[in-house]
Amino acid sequence: MRPVLLAGHERALTQIRYNLDGDLIFSTAKDQHICAWYAHNGERLGTYHGHVGAIWTVDVDPTSTMIASGSADNTMRLWDVKTGKNLKTWEFPTAVKRVEFNEDGTKLLGVTEKRMGYLSNIVVVDINPDVNAEQSDEKILTIVCDESKATVAGWSYLSKFIIAGHEDGSVSQYDAKNGDLLYNVSVHELNTPVTDLQWSNDRTYFITASKDKTAKLITAKDLEVLKTYVSDTPLNSAAITPKKDFVILGGGQAAMDVTTTSARQGKFEARFYHKIFEDEIGRVRGHFGPLNTVAADPTGKGYASGGEDGYVRVHMFDKGYFDFMYEVERDRQNRL
Amino acid sequence: MAPSFDHLREADLDDDDYDEEEIDISDLREKYEVQLEQGYDAFVVIDGLPEVNEEQKPKLVKFLLKKLNQVGKTREDLIFMPMGEDGKSLRFAFVEYSSPAEAANAVRQLDQVPLDKKHTLRVNKLTDIDRYGREGRVNEEYSPPHIDEFQPNEHLRWWLKDPSGRGRDQFIMYRGDSVGVFWNNEKEQPEIVVDRMHWTESFVQWSPLGTYLTSVHAQGVQLWGGPSWSRQRRFAHPFVNLISFSPNEKYLVTWSARPIAIPEEGHPALTIDDDGKNYVVWDIETSKPLRSFASLDTPGAAGAGAGADATPQKPRKSPWPAFKWSADDKYVARLNQGSSLSIYELPRMNLLDKTSIKIDGVMDFDWAPVTVQRDGVKSYEQLFCFWTPEIGSNPARVGLMTIPSKEVVRTLNLFNVSDVKLHWQSEGAFLCAKVDRHSKSKKSMATTLEIFRVKEKGVPVEVLDTIKDTVINFAWEPKGDRFVIITTTEPVGPTAVAPKTSVAFYCPEKSKGPAPGNWKHLRTLDKRNSNSIYWSPRGRFVVIATVHNQQSSDLDFFDLDFEGEKPESDKDLTANLQLMNTGDHYGVTDVEWDPSGRFVATYSSAWKHAMENGYHIYDFKGEALREEPMEKFKQFLWRPRPPTLLTKEEQKQIRKNLREYSKVFELEDAERGASADREVVEARRRQLDEWCAWRAAIEEELLEERAFLGLPEDPLAVLLATKTPEVPDDAEEQIIEEIVEEVIEESEEIVP
Repeated sequence: MRPVLLAGHERALTQIRYNLDGDLIFSTAKDQHICAWYAHNGERLGTYHGHVGAIWTVDVDPTSTMIASGSADNTMRLWDVKTGKNLKTWEFPTAVKRVEFNEDGTKLLGVTEKRMGYLSNIVVVDINPDVNAEQSDEKILTIVCDESKATVAGWSYLSKFIIAGHEDGSVSQYDAKNGDLLYNVSVHELNTPVTDLQWSNDRTYFITASKDKTAKLITAKDLEVLKTYVSDTPLNSAAITPKKDFVILGGGQAAMDVTTTSARQGKFEARFYHKIFEDEIGRVRGHFGPLNTVAADPTGKGYASGGEDGYVRVHMFDKGYFDFMYEVERDRQNRL
Repeated sequence: MAPSFDHLREADLDDDDYDEEEIDISDLREKYEVQLEQGYDAFVVIDGLPEVNEEQKPKLVKFLLKKLNQVGKTREDLIFMPMGEDGKSLRFAFVEYSSPAEAANAVRQLDQVPLDKKHTLRVNKLTDIDRYGREGRVNEEYSPPHIDEFQPNEHLRWWLKDPSGRGRDQFIMYRGDSVGVFWNNEKEQPEIVVDRMHWTESFVQWSPLGTYLTSVHAQGVQLWGGPSWSRQRRFAHPFVNLISFSPNEKYLVTWSARPIAIPEEGHPALTIDDDGKNYVVWDIETSKPLRSFASLDTPGAAGAGAGADATPQKPRKSPWPAFKWSADDKYVARLNQGSSLSIYELPRMNLLDKTSIKIDGVMDFDWAPVTVQRDGVKSYEQLFCFWTPEIGSNPARVGLMTIPSKEVVRTLNLFNVSDVKLHWQSEGAFLCAKVDRHSKSKKSMATTLEIFRVKEKGVPVEVLDTIKDTVINFAWEPKGDRFVIITTTEPVGPTAVAPKTSVAFYCPEKSKGPAPGNWKHLRTLDKRNSNSIYWSPRGRFVVIATVHNQQSSDLDFFDLDFEGEKPESDKDLTANLQLMNTGDHYGVTDVEWDPSGRFVATYSSAWKHAMENGYHIYDFKGEALREEPMEKFKQFLWRPRPPTLLTKEEQKQIRKNLREYSKVFELEDAERGASADREVVEARRRQLDEWCAWRAAIEEELLEERAFLGLPEDPLAVLLATKTPEVPDDAEEQIIEEIVEEVIEESEEIVP
């Protein structure tokens, strides 16, 4: 499978998201514009202009109507996918590091950076699914993370909980209605930040990636660590593949150390692990900088990775990928 | 010089009829009395003297004075020998030295020294007598010394009997801050024996027979062993840098770049004599120091051979080991480059025949690795070889000397020599001198290999054809008679890209007699990057590797007794070369064969570079068994084994029945493999079942919750349905094709 190389960004990628149908890819980079791409051929659909700082994060609502983005210009913005119109801008005192829609696209959360005396907050706003409607200014919920700043956050199934990953390596579960902290569990090594948090299809469990070189599969309900994937490099991102029981991990030597080492040593590869058996199954090379973000196509046909090198690589899986099965899995399948 | 009191006394010493009372020295005495008050550190008490009366006393004093003045300065009038009421001496005396250091010296050197047959001196510091001997300090009642009950020591060779019965070998891994010992499990995770954090401060080392694990600390060296890995010995050499064992683990040499400084309050093991020394030779059995040495000044540019060859040399690093041991631990020798060789006899560490062996210009030497039995020589001897460069019109020499007779048994004169490297074969049967020669103009270099057949009568020397290129590496086959060399056309320097090298194999011709035939070139492999040769300790197999190289890291596994078809051209040679396998271990810095010759470990050490540190294990055929990258991986060392206790006949018997044994072992291996596989499959099945059960439960829970909240089963379907109402269900699927034409290049050519 020859990957499609999306060379639309001029700086390091920060996040990639597929829409629910798997036909569009949204990507953000530090170069101040969001790109939308056709997943099947890599043609650029358009860009969204408005941010005046590095863009850290993007998310698309379930109906592919709107996207939200968060940027270092201290704003969180909502855009019309079709027209590229900036529908709404929320201002914050610090940068917005992560945005995510809940499962029915009626709520949006944003994680703000801890800086200049401001603590890191998780902010929730209501979203009106109608593109033409006026969006509200009101923050219906603000969760202050005073212990350790939140780096990533997301909505659980039924929008019941907000799960956040922190800089100290722990993961918290908040009540999504009132913002109470329910649990805080140290899952990663102390003081290794959680760099990514991505959900399974039904949002009942999620995967976290961390600089401690491991990724963990955790339940949303009680933050129980189900699986641990050990790699040999600091991880920036992790995704769960639908259809097949795999996870994709991306990382590599920290960007600042990269110039001192060879590409061979940088470990700039996407790694596939078996979700249940925790074994490494394969690697995909290509980037010549660390992988900042990986995303799996919700339809299970492919995945995309974005690197410090400024490229997005979109891969379609071959037949071999779908055929691959462990003996015990095949046994089970035959029995059913 | 004006006559002084000191001179007077010494001059008068021999005068027998001298009476102390005649001279008025009260003024002087007064002066010294004052000193007395100041401190008693310069005083010693001498006990164990013979009983004398007033008449005999001066004689005894004079006699005593001779001894006392050997270690410091004292005078007759500073010896006070109290007399009893019966006119007889009380058999002890007080002596004042000119300084406390001398007094301390006297205590150290004169205590327990026999005065005559009946009397032995006991010397103590006066302050000590005061400290320990004062009333009340000594218990009046005798209590027998406490003798610890006999505690059997741990078995130090326990590891030879692998508890799993598979005869595995152990190895050390030093990574990060922890040192661990493991059983080699081939493909599987090594089985941990012991793992300790901060076990050593700089490096670890096995003793040559594998008995002890050596850890190195700022305070000294520690040896560990036995099944509990308890501390067996301690050698307190402060700031020790390097250590080397004698071949039979009887002695240990430690070296520190920093000279030993004995603190005021003394040192637990070393004495004031060791102050300022760099080397200490220890007896391992008693963990006592035998003797210490200072570092020799390395000869600089003014060295013996420097006048002749004007090539500027880099300052030589002090060679290690500086002390080389004979094969039986009986002698240890140190080279004083350019002039002599000092051989010390163990266990007393005295200089052999009390003098160093003068060898003009001697550059290097090496003991035979085993005690060689030469043809026609019955008496005990240890051999070593040495070489000297050309000095003036004298030729360069490679010599073979026998100890203890110090006889040179063979010399070889050579001309136009720029360097010689000496290589003993592991059994001491051959010695190869790799001689780098320059042409008259000194512009081109060539190498010859001069091979001494040490065990044959008269030690014949065979010269191999001149090799045009520079030989950068040479290695004998252990317990064999073949060797491998690596040559390069360009001189090895600090160039960015290492020059291409050639690997050449040599073996003897077939011969009828017991001695091997002439050495012949077997094969040369050109255009390689290889720079190191690692023979299996059992011979036959050899790994040719490229280490410390950024670009390549090849490992080539050769068999020299390949059992397949032999090329016609090699039919007279005693080897059949076959490349069995090649491997690649990026960034490899070290290669280590296990002592049984079954496995090869290659590792990349964080000491050399920080790239892809970790180790690989191959079997002797070059099949990769295991690789494990590990951060901050520093050392991988197989535990050596002592020589086998089986007799030659027993070994032969085993070899004969190898097939029987291997059947059993293969069966065991297969069973173990199968059970391991079964376990893995079982574990996976369990994991899969657990996962599916969990999924089923959570899905059901989710549905229930949705139903309870009155939400649709699939929220997304509903959302999408409301979003796309205008598409009727029966609408035909359309395929929209778009053809984009793109002009890549346009060019115009005018055809005339």
